[in-house]
Amino acid sequence: MARRAAPEVNAGSMADIAFLLLIFFLVTTTIETDNGISRKLPPPQEDNVEPPILKEKNIFVVELNKNNDLLVEESPMELKDLREAAIKFLDNGGGSGADACNYCQGARSPSSSDNPTKAVISLRNNRETNYASYIAVQNELVAAYTTLRNREAERLFGKSFVQMEKDLKDVNYSGNKEKLKEDIKKIQFFFPEKLSEAEPKK
Amino acid sequence: MSKFKKKKSGDLPAISTASLPDIVFMLLFFFMVATVMRQNTLMIENRLPVADQVEKLDKKGLIMYIYAGKPSSRYRSSAGNQARIQLNDKFADLSDVKPFVLAERAEAREELVNSLITALKVDGETNMGLVGDIKKELREVQALKINYTTRVGNALDN
Repeated sequence: MARRAAPEVNAGSMADIAFLLLIFFLVTTTIETDNGISRKLPPPQEDNVEPPILKEKNIFVVELNKNNDLLVEESPMELKDLREAAIKFLDNGGGSGADACNYCQGARSPSSSDNPTKAVISLRNNRETNYASYIAVQNELVAAYTTLRNREAERLFGKSFVQMEKDLKDVNYSGNKEKLKEDIKKIQFFFPEKLSEAEPKK
Repeated sequence: MSKFKKKKSGDLPAISTASLPDIVFMLLFFFMVATVMRQNTLMIENRLPVADQVEKLDKKGLIMYIYAGKPSSRYRSSAGNQARIQLNDKFADLSDVKPFVLAERAEAREELVNSLITALKVDGETNMGLVGDIKKELREVQALKINYTTRVGNALDN
């Protein structure tokens, strides 16, 4: 056979291919999505509404003073212990009769909260409190609720609450979404996030 | 069998590449149109605190951003060094928050107005007084869904 030179590859389109790749990667690199703690503010209040009467023992007072010190029920506490303390308070289940809590696993101390549905965490902060410390406290309190909800969801439905919420958002979820919604509501009813925030003191 | 052999005579005809740029441009335009980018130029220091109990903010179109923090060094001479609010690309006062929310609402599609979320991007060093005031304004204008935007990390490091 006669030896012939291999035909030259046309390199004119190389630039275009490069552009194509460039654009592809530009597009697929996701611009960082924001993460954050979602909260719902209470609706504006009329001036002459009387605050509901709550039992002292059902309120868990968390206070941040202007030096960013954490005071829980009027005694100082380290931030790392807050989650545990909040869980203990919420899960106490000290009530009896109509207030009894049949899913709580806490100490059932009569001096702490009756029922998670009754328990309120009250967060107070000073005007000079640092935003970062405030967020840290918020985070720990949300974590306390999430831990309890996870535990309850694990017990009733065999998967964590976080997973359930993820499934609800997932388009490819194979199970029954209506039922999932109901289940999530049920867990939320067991451990409602009752986090009240007082107006910061001057 | 030589009938089935390929003809070896002649050069390979060159593939025309004249339309390649058009294809590339088409793709480029498509992505340019489809990408939503809403990034405000920050005029304040914005070092977000860290937290780990976070949710993702997916629907970019339904979020209004309120920034707060100390003016960055470029603006310090004109804006002072107390923490300020930034809305869109300008410094703003507390009284501007309500009109801002209303304007954002007017822009949103009607059926989605109720699911608008206010993302508070506040510098970690800011005093809670300012944040509390913003929250009060938001409550008064019924913008109740808020999100404290944070970085992801261990909250004990704050």
